[in-house]
Amino acid sequence: MIEVINLYKYYGEEPAIQGISFNVEKGEILGFLGPNGAGKTTTLRIITGYLYPTKGEVLIDGKKLTQDPLYCKKKLGYLPEDNPLYTDLTPREYLTFCANARGIEEKKKKLDEVMEKTQIKEVWEKPIGELSKGYRQRVGIAQALLHDPDVLIMDEPTTGLDPVQIIEIRNLIKELSKEKTILLSTHILPEVEMLASRVIIIHKGIIRAEGKPYELSRKFKSKEIYFVLKGDEKEIREKINKLDFVASYEIEKKEDGIHGKFIPKENDDVREKFAKFAYENKFLILELYSKSLGLEEIFIELTKEEKSERN
Amino acid sequence: MKGIKAIFVKEFLSYFNSTIGYLWLVVFIGLNFWLFFRGFFLMPEADLRPMFSMFPVLFIIFIPAITMRLWAEEKKLGTLEILFSLPLRTEEIILGKFLAAVSFFGISLLLTFPLPFILSFLGNLDWGSVISGYIGSFLFGSTLISLGMFLSGFTRNQIVAFILAASLSFLLYIIGEEVILSFLTGFWADFFSTLSVKTHFESIVRGVIDLRDIVYYLSFIIFFIYANYLHLEVAR
Repeated sequence: MIEVINLYKYYGEEPAIQGISFNVEKGEILGFLGPNGAGKTTTLRIITGYLYPTKGEVLIDGKKLTQDPLYCKKKLGYLPEDNPLYTDLTPREYLTFCANARGIEEKKKKLDEVMEKTQIKEVWEKPIGELSKGYRQRVGIAQALLHDPDVLIMDEPTTGLDPVQIIEIRNLIKELSKEKTILLSTHILPEVEMLASRVIIIHKGIIRAEGKPYELSRKFKSKEIYFVLKGDEKEIREKINKLDFVASYEIEKKEDGIHGKFIPKENDDVREKFAKFAYENKFLILELYSKSLGLEEIFIELTKEEKSERN
Repeated sequence: MKGIKAIFVKEFLSYFNSTIGYLWLVVFIGLNFWLFFRGFFLMPEADLRPMFSMFPVLFIIFIPAITMRLWAEEKKLGTLEILFSLPLRTEEIILGKFLAAVSFFGISLLLTFPLPFILSFLGNLDWGSVISGYIGSFLFGSTLISLGMFLSGFTRNQIVAFILAASLSFLLYIIGEEVILSFLTGFWADFFSTLSVKTHFESIVRGVIDLRDIVYYLSFIIFFIYANYLHLEVAR
């Protein structure tokens, strides 16, 4: 549906993105994940035609954005970052303007449809400037849906909303994902895990990782394995010392048992081996898990990789 | 065409969406009538030229107030991004905005029509010079609109846009004043005199519609609309 080929954007000398390439397949929800200033917004702005790339190409539905921008823009619905809106206009006036600009036929019908879908009937005749953030977000989404586009592009759709509104908007996005291809950016990891079928992690203008959410969280799991055992501390120490798959470990006695963590020698899942070991030695396992990394830790991990590559 | 119309309607209505548009019309017309009738009974004949000759100074203040919001507001709200994501050409957006501002300005000129009618009852009004005066004023105003709109794209702050437009309009006006021209000789005097919006306005108001003056105004407008286009495109 969308092909992004080797995209570069410079603001003066400053590179915002450097060689971004990816595809968005029909029907998928692609999460674009990265910290602030990673280049997410720049990439989305290029895809939606607001910015021109310094180098590279965007194809939408097989057509080059630079050659046929009007065709491409008709295919896309866009909710920009911070959801800019004309605060003087009412949702009716604003959406009527968008419908006129898009040359939509059956205007009345389409307007009623998006009003229904995004549930903004109550505020239809109120100036947008007076609406709550949640309603404004709905008006922004209504604008993106008005022409029934194949692809929805949303830049941080839940930023700045309160928890209840966040859940409402996420549910709306899930609902929309049944019929639309969605490209969504966020800096919140759980949001991607909840909504996206595929994730791209971008950092400092370069794609660092790509995959299904569970694949990524597995890939970026911390190496350490945590456990809580019941048994004699001294005996546990002795036995762990003899294990051939443990590189190093720490344990500490707490009220409910022996808390500890170890780093395995090889980078595979040794939880099973460890469980067997505990069973054979009759230590009772209370907990045994590896922690998945938070987004911040993934980035630290990614930048570490970058440094070691350089060295 | 559809795009120009959509932008035009939105921009034109937004002048009347806030009280500012109405206020602008009331103050402009009020001031205009007051200035005119102040000298009305001293006039030796039925002549609308005193009104036209006040227009340049009025326009330098009033027209930047029409144009200041055109881009500055879009930039401040961030809605420029919405405009560019709609399937519209950049030139359609620019022309829609320009035509809306020109139409709003045109309405204010229409609202001064009671004056020539009053005059025509009182004396022998030369309708030819009235019509040429209105054409000149409309072209002069549209020229300042193209300049003001272009300058509005350089800031997110409407006040800054206003001051920029008023200052540059003023500059383009005074370089045609005798006081300035008397310091210059030869080429530069001609150059400034030709460049000034004042010179061309005066001859039209005198009742002489010269093709050169019309070409001057139209090329001025085309120049700044094109500059506006380039400025928007380069910033992307």
